[in-house]
Amino acid sequence: MSIVAAIRPDSWNFPLFLHVLGAMILVGGLLTGVSTLAFARGDVRFLRLGYWTLLAVSLPGWILMRAGGEWIASREGWTKEGVPTPTWLDIGFLLADLGGLILLVSLIVGGVGVYRLRQGKGAGLLKATLVLAFVLLGAYVVAVWAMAGKPS
Amino acid sequence: MSFDDWMLALHVLSAFSYVAGIVLFWVLIVAVRKTDTPEGTIRMEPIVKVGNAAIAIGGVGTILLGIWLAFRLDGYAIWDAWIIAALVLWALAGAVGQRTGVEYTRGMTKAKELEAAGQTGPSRELLAVNQTSRGVVLHALASAIILLILLDMIFKPWA
Repeated sequence: MSIVAAIRPDSWNFPLFLHVLGAMILVGGLLTGVSTLAFARGDVRFLRLGYWTLLAVSLPGWILMRAGGEWIASREGWTKEGVPTPTWLDIGFLLADLGGLILLVSLIVGGVGVYRLRQGKGAGLLKATLVLAFVLLGAYVVAVWAMAGKPS
Repeated sequence: MSFDDWMLALHVLSAFSYVAGIVLFWVLIVAVRKTDTPEGTIRMEPIVKVGNAAIAIGGVGTILLGIWLAFRLDGYAIWDAWIIAALVLWALAGAVGQRTGVEYTRGMTKAKELEAAGQTGPSRELLAVNQTSRGVVLHALASAIILLILLDMIFKPWA
């Protein structure tokens, strides 16, 4: 890697910081949500904790990551019309947006699951949330690899 | 992707692992503050292990790959002020994190003692240990140090 790749204008730093911080919170929330749901073994308290972690930690993290990502992409000039985007950015955008959709679906399914728990019904829907969150965690590990390694 | 690119990607992934562990422990800290039963406390143990693994992978990965990158990449040197700052902050975060771990292990130990003694119901003593203010302050301090490392890595002051 050359020094050129490592240096960027100062005005890019803050949006990049927000983007990375949001992504870290998102991944942290997913890891916590997945672990808590996986080890809940039917315990209502842990099932709720796992769901609320996804809602209160991962979702705000995703919003910060996506907003920061759009900001830094715009600063770098990738969002201008006619500008070809590199592969690593395409991977990042695809996984961020598709991942956001999956996160939303997992939260809706999990929300219904938590409601059903209150009615004394099973935790089947929260298992679906666990599977979706686990897939998301894997997808975001790939996204981080692509963003950091920047494959051509 | 070159070998250096792979090392950089793994360095960043390690940093994500570290922060994921910090986030996980924040959630557990909030959850354990309302936990007054030995069973409820002990049930957190497998999740604690995931957090410990994330922080261990993150801690070792960031420092080893970071130092390797500092020597390998053009334009960076291990004696650059921002890299030295990161190394000092990394060591501080580890020391504070270790103390935080000791603080919260007291709750887990107490819960196991109570369970072994056949006390399975709510315990005020256990709740008091789980609600440690010192633990919260230490984890907040560790989180602030990690945030400073992230700022240092991105803004690269004095570079």
